[in-house]
Amino acid sequence: MKRQKRFEMLEKRPIHQDGFVKEWPSEGLVAMMGPNDPKPSIKIENGVVTELDGKKREDFDLIDSYIAEYGIVLDNAEKVMAMDSTKIANMLVDPNVSRKDVIKVTLSLTPAKAEEVISKLNFGEMIMAVQKMRARRTPATQAHVTNVRDNPVLIAADAADAAQRGFPELETTTAVARYAPFNAISLLVGAQTGRPGVLSQCSVEEATELNLGMKGFTAYAETISVYGTDQVFTDGDDTPWSKGFLASCYASRGLKMRFTSGSGSEVMMGYTEGKSMLYLESRCIFITKASGVQGLQNGGVSCIGIPGAVPSGIRSVLGENLLCMMMDIECASGCDQSFSHSDMRRTERMIGQFVAGTDYISSGYSSTPNYDNTFAGSNTDAYDYDDYYIMERDLAVNGGIHPVNEQDIIKIRSKAAHAIQAVFDQLGLPKITDEEVEAATYANSSKDMPDRNMVEDMKAAQELLDRGITAIDIVKALNDSDFKDVAQAVLNLQKQKVCGDFLQTSSIFDKNWNIISAVNNPNDYQGPGTGYRLQNDKDEWERIKDVPFAMDPGHMQF
Amino acid sequence: MSNTIDEDLLKRIIKQVLVESGVKTTDKPISFKDDKGSATATAGGTPTGTQTAEDRSTLDHAVPEEKLDWFKHVGVAKQGFSQDEVVIAVAPAFAEVLTKNMTGLAHKDILRQLVAGIEEEGLKARIIKVYRTSDVSFCAAEGDKLSGSGIAIGIQSKGTTVIHQKDQDPLSNLELFPQAPVLTLDTYRQIGKNAAQYAKSMSPSPVPTVNDQMARVAYQAISALLHIKETKQVVVGKPAEEIEVNFD
Repeated sequence: MKRQKRFEMLEKRPIHQDGFVKEWPSEGLVAMMGPNDPKPSIKIENGVVTELDGKKREDFDLIDSYIAEYGIVLDNAEKVMAMDSTKIANMLVDPNVSRKDVIKVTLSLTPAKAEEVISKLNFGEMIMAVQKMRARRTPATQAHVTNVRDNPVLIAADAADAAQRGFPELETTTAVARYAPFNAISLLVGAQTGRPGVLSQCSVEEATELNLGMKGFTAYAETISVYGTDQVFTDGDDTPWSKGFLASCYASRGLKMRFTSGSGSEVMMGYTEGKSMLYLESRCIFITKASGVQGLQNGGVSCIGIPGAVPSGIRSVLGENLLCMMMDIECASGCDQSFSHSDMRRTERMIGQFVAGTDYISSGYSSTPNYDNTFAGSNTDAYDYDDYYIMERDLAVNGGIHPVNEQDIIKIRSKAAHAIQAVFDQLGLPKITDEEVEAATYANSSKDMPDRNMVEDMKAAQELLDRGITAIDIVKALNDSDFKDVAQAVLNLQKQKVCGDFLQTSSIFDKNWNIISAVNNPNDYQGPGTGYRLQNDKDEWERIKDVPFAMDPGHMQF
Repeated sequence: MSNTIDEDLLKRIIKQVLVESGVKTTDKPISFKDDKGSATATAGGTPTGTQTAEDRSTLDHAVPEEKLDWFKHVGVAKQGFSQDEVVIAVAPAFAEVLTKNMTGLAHKDILRQLVAGIEEEGLKARIIKVYRTSDVSFCAAEGDKLSGSGIAIGIQSKGTTVIHQKDQDPLSNLELFPQAPVLTLDTYRQIGKNAAQYAKSMSPSPVPTVNDQMARVAYQAISALLHIKETKQVVVGKPAEEIEVNFD
């Protein structure tokens, strides 16, 4: 065929490098309301669920049993299940119905009914509903802090940098698993240097992650994965009960935690039972609620390419965030993984969460260039900072971060790099040279860092665990080397674990260790004039308006 | 009173819990017979009926393994005792159902490089095919228990690879290579080499991590399809089989 020249040009556009597939319900490649999804139903006899979404109690699988036992408020359930799904969807959008009144209904839904309710909403209505239904009044976002060499000095500097930009939560992971203890303490020290009260986590294998938390090296955990089919659970040697148990382990040590799920994981693992992504995700959300966990990271997350490949998938992903909020739990709403070659489509991916505002708009904005993002890249990275600030400024939306000036960032990066140098020195870990501190202060990526002896580092990282070092040793090290304010911040974080108030839904800290959560900062949106408004949050609005690269008409030099 | 919980007691407790919560116990014998919709893969099994090329590429159900001259089944995989061996545990569809990884590298070439990397360090490679799982970590975990050195490399048909040691939790690892699209034949050789060095109780520098943030975007859908295909070849309860390779 003789090619039409415009078609040839279009084929060269970045969007053509993304992967798209046609719907295929029998393997779960369908966003929502698949032909094999069960019909909503519930039967309750003597306070016991005897039928759930068309299945009799004797046919329940592990997930059905768990949800039926712990996941649904039964008092109201039969009444709610008899309501028209469109009517419930309407309540979600209608500003005249309060969040509290909606929650009374949504906590009594079943997974299939919840899916049906979501399916009644178009994308614009979902944005309206998210604005009202997120748990915390003030929106926020979270950052990834990683690098491909697991360089600890750079992690500390980047953590301080991200903390200054306003991220209240920082997440790291490793390129090589054995580095985990170093990454965790570097992130901790960098975060508390950047802004006291920033929460930090290290996403690694579950037993290691818990161990790091118990030693006080992290403040919260997020990557405790739950799935929508039994087979995916048992393939990972898990059940809903074992995840519930793990959740209690964190709670027992005063560590904040949330589960992780997201559309597409069951497709990736090859066990969907032919159900749609939203139905399986709905089960994950109910498992989370049933476990008594305060929050969930969802919205495609690391499997975003799967819902992103099918029709209506990105709408469905905002729908799953909304469903999480309808269960009255914290929602870290995805947007945390590289998603598209097209800049236009990357914006599309986050626009719903960004405009509506969620507890964490991104559950991992890459605070480094994506080259260094060992979560395999995020939807937005350090190179998008200025675009993102301008979007906040243009639309008067609090996207969770704000512009910073270069001198402040140089100063804080340097302080964090020096602080981790002191900690390594005091704890007898492999030396951090002045050259490394200088490089980390001015670095853009790990390419700007001198090489470290990785074998020696990994050995020392392992020994750090074997020697029984805890956060208190880090406090001592900081205190004995002239970083008394950072020492105090790391100590304060440990104190907060003892009092445990930050285990409440959607908790973050301000710089004075005051908690901002769904308890003392509940979302009260009920239409214009209510809820969180950036212009009323004067300090933050000033910061967002004050883009360093805007012309100042009062101080022009002609 | 004894505080120890042995495996039997644990099993009884789990069963009890399941009965109490009304869940059907799945305690039925596992059949390897050819029932509809379940995996029919057997070692060197001959295709049942006439298989067309189309049938083999189906994602709906398992397909019979192709008989290959270079990749021969020689019985159930046995416990190794020789400290100078590294086990390479391949996933159920490897070589005999799928033949290439996600980016088109032939399984034969990948295996050749892994083995060469191990032999370069003066160790022996032993290859097994895992049937119980298509999960790369659990493949490796099955492999390292059979490995005399306790070190195994797990590899999926789509190319995802892990180096695992037997005292580690299944989902932990010595080195993980989660982004198959960035792996080259050279990387596979280095993976083999590093695995062998771990087996010799050395501490090699990890194979440098290459990060391509666009790999997921371009490959996630195809990766899911390949994994679905591999998962269809899983045979519950079937032990791993010893594989003899001949690259000549």
